[in-house]
Amino acid sequence: MSFLSCFISGISLGSIYAIIALGYTMVYGIAKMLNFAHGDIIMVGAFAAYTIVSTLGMPPILGVLAAVAVCTLLGVTVEKVAYKPLRGASSLAVLITAIGVSYLLQNLALLIFSANPKKFQSVVNLPALKLAGGELSISAVTIVTVLTCVVVMVCLTSFINKTKKGQAMLAVSEDRGAATLMGINVNGTIALTFAIGSALAAVAGVLYCSAYDTLNPYIGSMPGIKAFTAAVFGGIGSIPGAFIGGIILGIIEQLAKKYISSQLADAIVFAVLIIVLLVRPTGILGKKIHEKV
Amino acid sequence: MRRFVGLGLAVAMAASLTACGGGNATDATTAGTEAKADAEDAGGNAGGAEPGDAFRIGMIGPLTGDAAAYGLGVRNAIELAINEVNEAGGMNGFQVEYNPQDDEHDPEKAVNAYNTLKDWDMQILIGAVTSKPCIAVSAESASDNLFQITPSGSAVECISEPNVFRVCFSDPDQGKASAQYISENKLATKIGVIYDSSTEYSTGILESFQAEAQAVGLEVVAEEAFTADNATDFSVQIDNCKEAGAELLFMPFYYTEASTVLKQCADKEYAPIFFGVDGMDGILSVKNFDTSLAEGVMLLTPFSADEAGSQAFVEAYKAAYNDVPNQFAADAYDAVYAVKAAIEQAKITPDMSASDICDAMKVAMTEITIDGLTGSDMTWTEEGEPNKEPKAAKIENGVYVMQ
Amino acid sequence: MDSVKRKKLVDHWITYGVVILGWIIVQALGATGHMTNQINGLLVPICMYVILAVSLNLTVGISGELSLGHAGFMCVGAFSGSFFTKLMAESIPSLSVRFAIALVIGALVAAFFGVLIGIPVLRLRGDYLAIVTLAFGEIIKNVMNVIYVGVDNGAIRIAMEKKSNLNLSENGRVIIEGAMGITKTPKASTFTIGVVLVLLTLFIVLNLIHSRTGRAIMAIRDNRIAAESVGVNITKYKLLAFSISASLAGMAGVLYSHNLASLAAEKFNYNMSILILVYVVLGGIGNIRGSIISAVILTLLPELLRGLNNYRMLIYAIVLIIMMILNSAPSAIAARGRLLERFQRKNTKEAA
Repeated sequence: MSFLSCFISGISLGSIYAIIALGYTMVYGIAKMLNFAHGDIIMVGAFAAYTIVSTLGMPPILGVLAAVAVCTLLGVTVEKVAYKPLRGASSLAVLITAIGVSYLLQNLALLIFSANPKKFQSVVNLPALKLAGGELSISAVTIVTVLTCVVVMVCLTSFINKTKKGQAMLAVSEDRGAATLMGINVNGTIALTFAIGSALAAVAGVLYCSAYDTLNPYIGSMPGIKAFTAAVFGGIGSIPGAFIGGIILGIIEQLAKKYISSQLADAIVFAVLIIVLLVRPTGILGKKIHEKV
Repeated sequence: MRRFVGLGLAVAMAASLTACGGGNATDATTAGTEAKADAEDAGGNAGGAEPGDAFRIGMIGPLTGDAAAYGLGVRNAIELAINEVNEAGGMNGFQVEYNPQDDEHDPEKAVNAYNTLKDWDMQILIGAVTSKPCIAVSAESASDNLFQITPSGSAVECISEPNVFRVCFSDPDQGKASAQYISENKLATKIGVIYDSSTEYSTGILESFQAEAQAVGLEVVAEEAFTADNATDFSVQIDNCKEAGAELLFMPFYYTEASTVLKQCADKEYAPIFFGVDGMDGILSVKNFDTSLAEGVMLLTPFSADEAGSQAFVEAYKAAYNDVPNQFAADAYDAVYAVKAAIEQAKITPDMSASDICDAMKVAMTEITIDGLTGSDMTWTEEGEPNKEPKAAKIENGVYVMQ
Repeated sequence: MDSVKRKKLVDHWITYGVVILGWIIVQALGATGHMTNQINGLLVPICMYVILAVSLNLTVGISGELSLGHAGFMCVGAFSGSFFTKLMAESIPSLSVRFAIALVIGALVAAFFGVLIGIPVLRLRGDYLAIVTLAFGEIIKNVMNVIYVGVDNGAIRIAMEKKSNLNLSENGRVIIEGAMGITKTPKASTFTIGVVLVLLTLFIVLNLIHSRTGRAIMAIRDNRIAAESVGVNITKYKLLAFSISASLAGMAGVLYSHNLASLAAEKFNYNMSILILVYVVLGGIGNIRGSIISAVILTLLPELLRGLNNYRMLIYAIVLIIMMILNSAPSAIAARGRLLERFQRKNTKEAA
């Protein structure tokens, strides 16, 4: 039973990684940049929800909406101000700028909200689900998290495959030049990608803080890195890959903690990543790179 | 052709870099000098006194970064105490100037902060707040022979230099005292421990706790570690303690993580006796924390914000910083009064050199006795260790009740 | 051909000259009492960051591999070097001798890890390589955080997770203490040693770049398949560049660990690797002199901004973003090109 409980907490953690990784992977696929500030968008989302729910005392659903709105706006603004001027520059330059943005967000949050730890009031206030005569208890947050992740995944896939905007995204990620020639508004498509990615980060932030209840300006960096790992794990640029990568990573992390060493859990996660990449150099669902001379 | 274009670009880039870089460097220096002037102005209520007219006390601690909550508490409490002292006529009749510097909880930055303070002609250092930066700074202050007192550097090595004293308990002392308290009061015999293996604070307490637990006949049935990078999900550790049948959960780490552990224990309907150490203090003032989760938590701490003796301090702190002080702040407040007592004991004046002050302080510290927030009749040994009794507190109805 | 060679040589000497000039200026300022303690304390870290930036530039700029695990090599170098210095405290009384050997050991151990990690990792490309190096860096940090090493009766004991697992005898002492790391490494690093190491690093890197090997490495960077088709051994050259870069980072680690009394693995996280990458990118990828300049500026900047108190890191972040945009944005580069052109035209007009 303890295995099962551990497994479920892994799925729950993995679902959060997956939602964040979806944002990472979309931005990477379309803008070809590693957005290291993505983790900090999570933090901003959590703080936005915290302000609405705990400080202003409004209902949780408003908190979630506010977080999504704030993060979408922030994502688009950051893209416009910091990343857009660098379009066409080396991808490393954009990477470093993203790191600058990450520092900026962390320090802004530190100034506004101070370093004192805060408790995040869960937005899910339902009783836990009890199975097997009360021996296995699954908290409501876990269920909501996993469901959200699945819903997000399904919506995103159908958005990309069924709508014009989604097809435009695919086109831009395949070949930006050709997409421009076909009359696709590349800048608009990239901005839309950032908007969606940041909105997902907001949802992830609210869920992450609901599950683990801690909130501080640095909360985003570790899940950000783990989600990045998950995105690469599944094959960066691939949406189902990010989903699978996130879930697997969460499960490995929890099982490693339980059965191998809680001190080395992170090292084990990273070691598994390395092994997977050595066997499949572009991740589980990554596309094969065709090389031309 | 491409090559030439490339070369041209490279030249342009290099030019822009030097131009841009140069510009920034000068900006930075001006900012630096201005800032220095600012720091001197802001230094104290003495109002821009010349060196030698007032004591110059520096502080080093994490004011940004993820340990900032501890550093800010210390910074504020020292400021509060120094303002009080200055209003009451200063130390040995002289005013005190104060200059806090950020170390981001990084030994390298702490040494940079120390050197910055030396440029400010610091005479006495209160800090560093966290252990590793404190050790790095103590090596520097020892070679300069500058008096240093750390409010909260609890690792054994923090005070291994002769010029360094501390206010808090050392880590091994806390672990030992906890084991003794648990066995003397027969709280439980089966103990589970969750600890933070990535901090020396937590591992230091754990090691001595284990040794003493064995000596007094407590059985440690589970020992579960977490790391700073993985300090949000404790479900595995809690499950393991629960399955091992631990009746008491020993939690030698800080209140930030402790509040999360308590929450997750409640979610898992696991209710052993929770036992913390001084890092647990502050848990009740975590914003938005459901204090009913902490009901019945016991902790060994030298300070609590609800004691009768600390009310004046807590009120003043709240009024000035809109926050409830934690044990770091209390230790820092006591550090200022210890410095004051030692300065007056040895009749030190601010025109003395830092090295002379240090020599006099080293002797005076072993001669003073102060009644502080973190202990009454506190004295110091020559090694720099304080003598004070750990007190046990229990959280009842949302307040700390001394046992 | 000859003139090209001479140009390169002159170029090398300008780079060395800049470093030596820096050293002379600092010595002169020190001798005349114009140095503040703050700057004085930053001299060794500056040398360390310069070495790190130049060595990472070898991987990122010359070899074209994005590495996010440079701090990991620094970490193993720092720990092995400090371990040696502490271990041999009695056998070799002279600190400078111990320090010199420690530098060599740190570089060798880091090079060993460079090869060990490089063999599997260098098969990957681009961002995949980046994440794997990041992962290795985090693994090294994580493992160093739980490792305990002690000595008793001439034997070295290694244990994981707890000090008591070492089972040391009464006269034993613990040298590497898990999360605490190594404390009280004697201070042996000086600015002069730092500058010598910077020059050594430059010598190695510049000579490598302009050798046959260096050209092979750059050929692989520019077009792997073409290089392979003319018979360049890809694995060998990539590995060579990677391990040299690692060993120099290890040496910088030893310099770091002999400058501070506290050495802990938590310092060497991915943020540290990224910080070094920032120096490299800001200084210009593949531009060695640029790496030196940006490492110096960016090490000084946050310290000189201390007076801004709480706003310090905020300003640093903004400056970083603006610098990146001014330096790399195509529109900014074009604008700069236009300015330069106008300036040149004026000059030629005046000359005429």
